[in-house]
Parts: sequence; C-alpha cells; structure tokens
Amino acid sequence: MGKRKNSEINSSSMADIAFLLLIFFLVTTSMSTSTGLARRLPQPLPPDMKAPDVDVNKRNIFIVKINSQNQLMVQGELMDVRDLRVKAKEFIKNEGNDPHLPVKESVNIPLLGVMEITKDHVISLQNDVDTQYQAYIEVQNELVAAYNELRDELAKEKFNKVFAELEADQQDAIQQAIPQKISEAEPKNYGKVQ
Amino acid sequence: MAKIRKDKERETPALATSSLPDIIFMFLFFFMAVTTMKEITFKVRVAPPSASEVQKLDNKSLTRYVYVGKPMDQYVKSFGSETRIQLGDAFADISELEAFIVSERSAMNESDQSLMTVSIKADKDTKMGVINDIKQALRRAYALKIVYTANKTVVAE
Repeated sequence: MGKRKNSEINSSSMADIAFLLLIFFLVTTSMSTSTGLARRLPQPLPPDMKAPDVDVNKRNIFIVKINSQNQLMVQGELMDVRDLRVKAKEFIKNEGNDPHLPVKESVNIPLLGVMEITKDHVISLQNDVDTQYQAYIEVQNELVAAYNELRDELAKEKFNKVFAELEADQQDAIQQAIPQKISEAEPKNYGKVQ
Repeated sequence: MAKIRKDKERETPALATSSLPDIIFMFLFFFMAVTTMKEITFKVRVAPPSASEVQKLDNKSLTRYVYVGKPMDQYVKSFGSETRIQLGDAFADISELEAFIVSERSAMNESDQSLMTVSIKADKDTKMGVINDIKQALRRAYALKIVYTANKTVVAE
C-alpha cells in the first residue's frame, strides 16, 4: 500500500540526456550569421577579345583609385576615405546640373513621375595588386553607403519612409531613379613591366 | 496537536526535479533555432574586414564559400605562411577554383543554379592581387553573384 505513492517514472536522467543534446548542439553549431557586401561581377569577356574601350562620356565617370599604400585618388585628387561618401553623393546626384558632373536625363518612372536623373553615371573602382583588402572593402562600403543615403533621402521625400520600409514596387521605383553603378575594372598592372 | 504536526514537518521532501528536463529542452530548442551548423573546419586564419552597410546573407544552401587567408599555425610547416585559398575542407590552388565552382553548381538543382552566390571570406590583410585572381576565375566560371564577407561595424557618430 505504501509503495503505490512512489510509482511514477524516475525522470531524473531525462535532464542528463537533454544536457547531453544541448552540449552537442553548442559544440557543432556556430552563432555567427554571415553578413557581407553583395556585388555583381561583369560578364566574362571572350578569351580572344580585348577589353572594349568604354564609350562613356568623361563627365559621367567617377574614378576611384587605390594604390598599394592604401591611399585614395578620387577624380585625380588625393582624398581621405571619410570624404569619399560626400563626394560620391555629390557626383551621383548632380543637384546643380554642373557641366562637370554626370549628364541628367528626364525619365518617366512609375510612382515617381518624370524625374531628372543621372542615368549613365559610372563609378569606376580601380585598385593595385598590393592594395589591402580592408581598404578595398572600406571604399566599397562608402560607395554603397552613398547610394543607400541617396535612396533613403529620396524615399523620405516621396513616400515619407526610409527605403527599407517601402513596398516592393516603391523600392523598384527608387532603384530606377538611383541606379547603383559601381564598375570593378579589369585588373591592370600599374607601373609593372609586362 | 501542535507538537505532532511539527514532527511530521521535519522530514524535508526531495527537491522536485521533474521540470528540469523541460527547462533544458527549452534551452536546447533555443540554441537549435538561433545557431547554424558549422560550415567547415578552418585551415586558414580569416579575420573578415568590417563595413557598416552589410546585408544579411539570405540563402545559405545556395551559397558557396571561398576562404582566403594565411594558413593556421599547424599547417605553416607544410603549406608555408603565404596567403592561401581554402575550398571546402582543403587547401586549393587558384587554378582549381573554376572547376570547383562548376562542379558545385552542377550538383545543385537546375532551378537554383542561377541563384548561386559565392561568398568570398577573406582576411582583412589579404592583398588585392589574390582577390582579383579569384574574381577573374569566378567570372570565367559564370559565378557572377558574389558577396564580400564583412562584419558589421557599429557606426560611431
């Protein structure tokens, strides 16, 4: 009669089993989610073809060069990476219709109407073989940041929201108004005997 | 009466541990949900650069990784201390990259092949010469969607 009281299953080892599983998962998994800068590479050239001479109006190109000392040359001037964002924004936007900045064209964009945009601008990023990867990523990052800020500004102006909170079609419209054009040039060997 | 009750209470009941497994299982599920399986064992040392505009990688099953860095201490003897490339679990030469990408892609579902992303996980001290070679190899292999792995920095302004 007295024994009936304790007849439930002894579940104290259940905790041990669960602990074991827990530790197994702790060891075999990692917390880190990978993040990064997404880019699209240009199409490969046929092997027997030389790189085509890019037929771009000079005022439409924004040249960023990084040398082996990780120094930056933007449009022929030495520049600090912290100033690049402002300069790039100025270039992409061309607010005052400056003849030295990219050509503006009127384009009819759904949801936004007719807008003057710098449709054909290109940011050309060139680097040396000895450039440090960190410096390269910093420059990439500043350029992406310039685009992101411009898109946010336009989104706030037109839809009163930041870009990330917009609907998909609104995002498309903004992207059309401010297309991201970063060209990673064919690698060249600067100052090397070939 | 009062005295009898006191005697009975002196027997301390065993601690109830029946809810302990539940708690542990809760932990277990939490970790299973927030973590991911380790991709590989690193043979090269990779400290990714940092950037503020990073995006989260959305589809892990469609991502292939290229690791670039200096070999770990235990491999320095056999592989030297120069920057090396790691594909999957082994060291590889740059000339093997193209074939690796092509074979990885052909192992995928046909509908997923065009969505394949290659993540370049390179150490921040890597020279761009190596990265350029990788980019050229990826272009030849038609793997045009790439991601430069970078850690998120907290913007101090």
